[in-house]
Amino acid sequence: MFAEENGLHGDPRIKAISDAIRVVPHFPKPGIMFQDITTLLLDPKAFRYTVDIFVDRYRDKNISVVAGVEARGFIFGPPIALAIGAKFVPLRKPRKLPGEVISEAYVLEYGTDCLEMHVGAVQPGESVLIVDDLVATGGTLSAAIRLLERAGAEVVECACVIGLPLVKGNWRLNGVPLYVLVEPRLDDLECTL
Amino acid sequence: MSSADRISAIKSSLRVIPNFPKPGIMFQDITTLLLDPKVFKDTVDLFIERYKNENISVVAGIEARGFLFGPSIALAIGAKFVPLRKPKKLPGEVISEKYILEYGSDCLEMHVGAVKSGDRALIVDDLIATGGTVCAAMNLVERAGAEVVECACVIEVPKLKGRERLKSCGIPLYALVES
Repeated sequence: MFAEENGLHGDPRIKAISDAIRVVPHFPKPGIMFQDITTLLLDPKAFRYTVDIFVDRYRDKNISVVAGVEARGFIFGPPIALAIGAKFVPLRKPRKLPGEVISEAYVLEYGTDCLEMHVGAVQPGESVLIVDDLVATGGTLSAAIRLLERAGAEVVECACVIGLPLVKGNWRLNGVPLYVLVEPRLDDLECTL
Repeated sequence: MSSADRISAIKSSLRVIPNFPKPGIMFQDITTLLLDPKVFKDTVDLFIERYKNENISVVAGIEARGFLFGPSIALAIGAKFVPLRKPKKLPGEVISEKYILEYGSDCLEMHVGAVKSGDRALIVDDLIATGGTVCAAMNLVERAGAEVVECACVIEVPKLKGRERLKSCGIPLYALVES
């Protein structure tokens, strides 16, 4: 669900966050309008609003783990984890985590990739929030959900700064709700560094 | 809790993985620190306490483990956060700085315009070894016209002389623990 349709209708912070995101056309390849959150990170107020909205939503939900998807999930996940008193668990590309891991493959447009999590990071029965900057097809987040569920955890929600419903109106991924602050923008009239 | 007590708990929370990523390397794993909310908070708080009155306008974090600590520091002290990334990850116009590895070289990139002349910058990473990556980070920030005030790391590996390397580039190092 979009934040605006779920309690934050008319909240000026949502527009500030959307306006702070820069659209970079044809990156990483032609036809893709890349949603660049680095400009949001250059705006301390807008970055603060982003974290605050997520913290307000999740602080009283007894979430014991925030899992962040490498690498941009590492930017938003830890501040949320710290504010709600949860552990932070990095979900990483292959061969980055040094200890024993579990791996989950997922399909890309061409080929596959893999996400890994440390064995023992999450205990059975823990309540988890997964965080990434953006959800597109949901492939990476689905892999993240499978990793956490294989460890016996319950994924309460997936939180992203930017995204669209996966298929028209569908806001669930493997049965897990998606919470998104803003839609992707198609053009870039206002935002400059 | 005193700084000394907090630092002791931080050191105890770290996990050492022998022979990763290759034989002979004792890898300092910070993921176990992140699994202890109190210790993680203390880590970030120690940095915030040190820098909150230093007029730092930019926190530059080195991909990827610098991203785990840098943004929380930036948010608390009201600074911009700038990610310094491996090649071809940043979507806009970038400046690049090459640095030498044990075998071969690598490259760090920063968005043009992220850092401006007059900015006072803090560079953050989880660990400093030889200091090669941090020096590349420092060069990027200085090329953009900013002043690097300090480099902040959770862990320093004294044997690899990163502190001396940074000193020869003129930047002080602040590390919470030594391996």
